[in-house]
Amino acid sequence: MIEIKNISKTFGDTQILYDVSGEFKRGITNLIIGASGTGKSVLLKCIVGLVTPEEGEVLYDGRKFLQADKEEKAQMRREIGMLFQGGALFDSKNIEENVMFPLDMLTDMSKGEKLDRVNNVLGRVGLENVNKKMPSEVSGGMKKRVGIARAIVNDINYLFCDEPNSGLDPKTSLLIDELIQEITHELNVTTIVVTHDMNSVMGIGEHIMYLSKGYKVWEGNSDNILRSGEEDLEDFIFASKFMKKLKKSL
Amino acid sequence: MKSIGAYFIFLGSMFVRRETFSSYIKLIISECNIIGWNSLLIVAITSTFMGAVTTVQTAYNLVSPLIQNYVVAQVTREMVILELAPTITAIVIAGKVGSSIASGLGTMRITEQIDALEVMGINSISYLVLPKIIAAVLMYPLLVVIAGFLSLYGGYLAGTLTGIITESEYIYGIRISFNPYTVYFALIKAVVFAFLISSISAFQGFYTTGGALEVGVSSTTAVTKSCIAVLLADYLLAELLLN
Repeated sequence: MIEIKNISKTFGDTQILYDVSGEFKRGITNLIIGASGTGKSVLLKCIVGLVTPEEGEVLYDGRKFLQADKEEKAQMRREIGMLFQGGALFDSKNIEENVMFPLDMLTDMSKGEKLDRVNNVLGRVGLENVNKKMPSEVSGGMKKRVGIARAIVNDINYLFCDEPNSGLDPKTSLLIDELIQEITHELNVTTIVVTHDMNSVMGIGEHIMYLSKGYKVWEGNSDNILRSGEEDLEDFIFASKFMKKLKKSL
Repeated sequence: MKSIGAYFIFLGSMFVRRETFSSYIKLIISECNIIGWNSLLIVAITSTFMGAVTTVQTAYNLVSPLIQNYVVAQVTREMVILELAPTITAIVIAGKVGSSIASGLGTMRITEQIDALEVMGINSISYLVLPKIIAAVLMYPLLVVIAGFLSLYGGYLAGTLTGIITESEYIYGIRISFNPYTVYFALIKAVVFAFLISSISAFQGFYTTGGALEVGVSSTTAVTKSCIAVLLADYLLAELLLN
């Protein structure tokens, strides 16, 4: 489980996050949602330590992350897998080398063991016979799959996904969402997904935190989000004409 | 001043929480190939012409019955070894390698590849920058030695083919009153310049923010700052080691 307590973050004169607190449980897909520029990605970066908040605390299964020294942080980060918005695959390495990279750097496994593990996770995300391809030679959806494979290749406890289906068609988005949810259940990891995609929200939102203008406005799940009663959240959900029609029919 | 402070903190970060030695070996070899081998052609071309032009221009300026022909080769040797081979090659390398380092790291920054390393618990500065600096410090003195030889050979070709100087006069000129310390001095300069170019370019690239436009800006800034640093270091080293 990951707990965040009173996270506040400012960039220059602009405050991005205001006193955000919450809990993200293990074994379910936790979503942080909200409109663009509302602080979702900044919150995620605060949680993984890429951005340091001015105030607040992040606890990984009770272990204080922000106050930890560099060595402790490095150790805790080795339990983390992250899928970035653009995949963040290393351009100079092929798919196999990309996925093998965390094993090369963080384990003492033999070459054979690493290769088995890589083929195993690539198979798990539905990629076969792409080992020697370069990132520039595969599609956006495949890059995301490789990103997921790289994130889970080590024995991780925490999985973070920053807008995993941005730039993908609806069908591929659905497949990526389902893959993230399946992996979360299979590996029993604490997963946090940042998204503004309503298909993801309704499809895999087992726990949802809604942010608006840097504040946490609502928490719940996909079953009760449509009847939240929060005007701001409803504006976000029912923004399109199609969703407005749907709302009327509810 | 703030960015000078940040630069020293950046350099210090390379040496804390390093990865295992074996993980650097492959990277250093790869960087040696990029910085050394891939720069060989441009260094060979510039240094050969540099030597040729130096010989021709020196001969043009030393027209006197009191000055013997071999002095042209002697002057060429001193200019090439002391200044042209290490410094002009450094400017060329700053343009080629410095911009490549800055744009490579800048692109890694804006495409979140550096963030990916950090999230894995890897010291990204140490992992990405240290091999580049080690490779530059190893390879650049070799490039300077090659540049020196090719400049002298370029001078020889230009001098003998145009009839400015005979073969034997040129050979005599580059051997007479030779002080080996000038070679050591050139190699010391080479190590310092390599460190400055690679570290300044890496610093500029590593802290790129924004998009593709800013990567270009980082690359240009890296070359500009590297050249200024090289010229400043050139003067300081001359003051310190020659006076």
